[in-house]
Amino acid sequence: MATQPLSNQPPHPMDFQTRSMRINNARRTLTNYFISGLSILATILVILPLIAILFYLVFKGASSLNLNFFTHIPAPVGEQGGGMANAIVGSGIILALASLMGIPVGIAAGVYLAEFGRGKALATAVRFTADVLNGVPSIVMGIAVFSLLVQGRHFSAFAGGVALAIMMVPTITRTTEEMLATVPHAIREAALGLGVPKWRTAVSVSLRTASPGIITGCMLAFARVAGETAPLLFTAFGNQFWSLKLSEPIAALPLQIYIYAISPYDEWHRLAWAGSLVLIVLIMVSVTLVRIFANRGVLKGGS
Amino acid sequence: MTDERESRSSQPVPPILPNPPVVSTSLPPSNAAPSVIRDFLNKRGSGRIADNSFAALMLLCALSIFAIVLFIFGILVLHSRPSLVAFGLKFFTRQAWDPVSGDFGALPFIYGTLATSLLALCMAVPLALGVAVFLTELCPRPLRAPISFLTELLAAIPSVVYGLWAVFVLVPLMRDIIGPMLVKTLGWTGLFSGANFGVGLLTASMILAIMILPIISSLTRDIMNAVPNSQREAVLALGATRWEMIRIGVLRNSRIGIVGAIMLGLGRALGETMAVTMVIGNHPSIAKSLFAPANTLASVIAGEFSEATSDMYLSALIEIGLALFLVTIVVNAIARLMVWAVTRNAPAQVH
Repeated sequence: MATQPLSNQPPHPMDFQTRSMRINNARRTLTNYFISGLSILATILVILPLIAILFYLVFKGASSLNLNFFTHIPAPVGEQGGGMANAIVGSGIILALASLMGIPVGIAAGVYLAEFGRGKALATAVRFTADVLNGVPSIVMGIAVFSLLVQGRHFSAFAGGVALAIMMVPTITRTTEEMLATVPHAIREAALGLGVPKWRTAVSVSLRTASPGIITGCMLAFARVAGETAPLLFTAFGNQFWSLKLSEPIAALPLQIYIYAISPYDEWHRLAWAGSLVLIVLIMVSVTLVRIFANRGVLKGGS
Repeated sequence: MTDERESRSSQPVPPILPNPPVVSTSLPPSNAAPSVIRDFLNKRGSGRIADNSFAALMLLCALSIFAIVLFIFGILVLHSRPSLVAFGLKFFTRQAWDPVSGDFGALPFIYGTLATSLLALCMAVPLALGVAVFLTELCPRPLRAPISFLTELLAAIPSVVYGLWAVFVLVPLMRDIIGPMLVKTLGWTGLFSGANFGVGLLTASMILAIMILPIISSLTRDIMNAVPNSQREAVLALGATRWEMIRIGVLRNSRIGIVGAIMLGLGRALGETMAVTMVIGNHPSIAKSLFAPANTLASVIAGEFSEATSDMYLSALIEIGLALFLVTIVVNAIARLMVWAVTRNAPAQVH
């Protein structure tokens, strides 16, 4: 204000209306709108395939979904009907096995990282390895487990469960750790101050407080491996008949979809769409439920 | 923070102290069974054994993650020995793939993997950046949650379902519409010569691009959110337009993290198996045309592993798996370090 130029000085030093400046401003504004438009376009382009995939799934899948699908085993080539009952049950068995092995180990590793390993080099290394293991292709897990458990013996549901469990561990470890990190220190200190041993504090106080988040993490890991096909190709192998034995080849929903999708028969393609719809509804329902559940269970009061 | 707490808690200690010595000397001789509480505390012990064994158990589980990685590496090396011994490092530069005469080389698969992954990145990265910019900087608040939820749903769809969709929708689309269009407009480059069956490198890269998009965009979004708001405000205060603010204030600050996110997407693309196997045509050849059928490291394992009859065939496939394992580990490690470097001190929590 104090340095306001006098009115008799001819060139205004703060004149924004020269020609070059106006052009420059117009260019900048245009670029701004152009880029904004591009990013909106990109978003639409990304949403588009998703809607296309979902639409196709519902359209093709719903028309071939019936009660037989859930109660019958696959029909031989050329016969009408048939379903994927054995594949759905098989998937359930493999996933239950995988959860049984993967979830405890994953949560325990997460507890170590969050409760015992704070700031230790070992914990950093474990965390980093978990992240890296998360990115290892699922087919590699498949051939590793094949070499260990299947080669020389035979394909089995157990081997499939082991392969999926290995894939669950790193995801669960990392989410458990992140969720435990959100538990306020005051709560732990209160428990320790009452003379509760450290292990009891970790189990009944920290884990209990963080449980909504940890359950979310487990469900997400579960949803992720539920759709995995590659690690099952050489471990569970698939089966056209009923089999509930852990030491026998077993059918799984993603495997069955793969086999049907690359087959030349229309009837099988139809079943593949129906199977995909069931699989995706399963996954989406669990992911959405988990989101609602997790939002409701947000921890109150940070440290 | 902890220092503060300690110094505060050390102050009130003196006033509490005065009587303890009196109590401790008077209690033991007067009565043998002091109080219910003391009795209870004596009985239940200090819990040291339980504590230590619990800590050891947790440590064991944490170490099992190392064990898994070492186990995968060890077993792959062990089982690919015949091929490692027979071909050595030349395995990765040889073009032959002849299961009948037992002559193996991985070059066609390396080419296929690199070509599909890089093409997929070329398609996915600009789109993913656009989505991330839109979601963090431009999107009206009520739209933000649904759109990010939708893009995350894209990540939840299993690979085999993508494959199914690609086989029945993308392949015909490629064969009848996109393919001829590309030949007409870009045919002179020679990249689109030869017969177009709908399956091939380009189709595989397109489905890969769709699959890695959500990973890159959600990571990039997190990284952009980690840029402090003061940076944005400072650039805007200098009179920048919104795009200039994004470019100077946000993108430049988060470039290392964005490169990391892209590399994570690359890691995913390198190892993606099912969808690629279903649309790439599965033919071990190196062709210039993007319409040509090819094969990737992951898809050759998926396609031929169960047919591998001879030991040499099996070990060659396992060696390919070993190569895939090592490459993805290196790519992921670098990517993680980059993302970590940016989000480690995420200012979002500091305020």
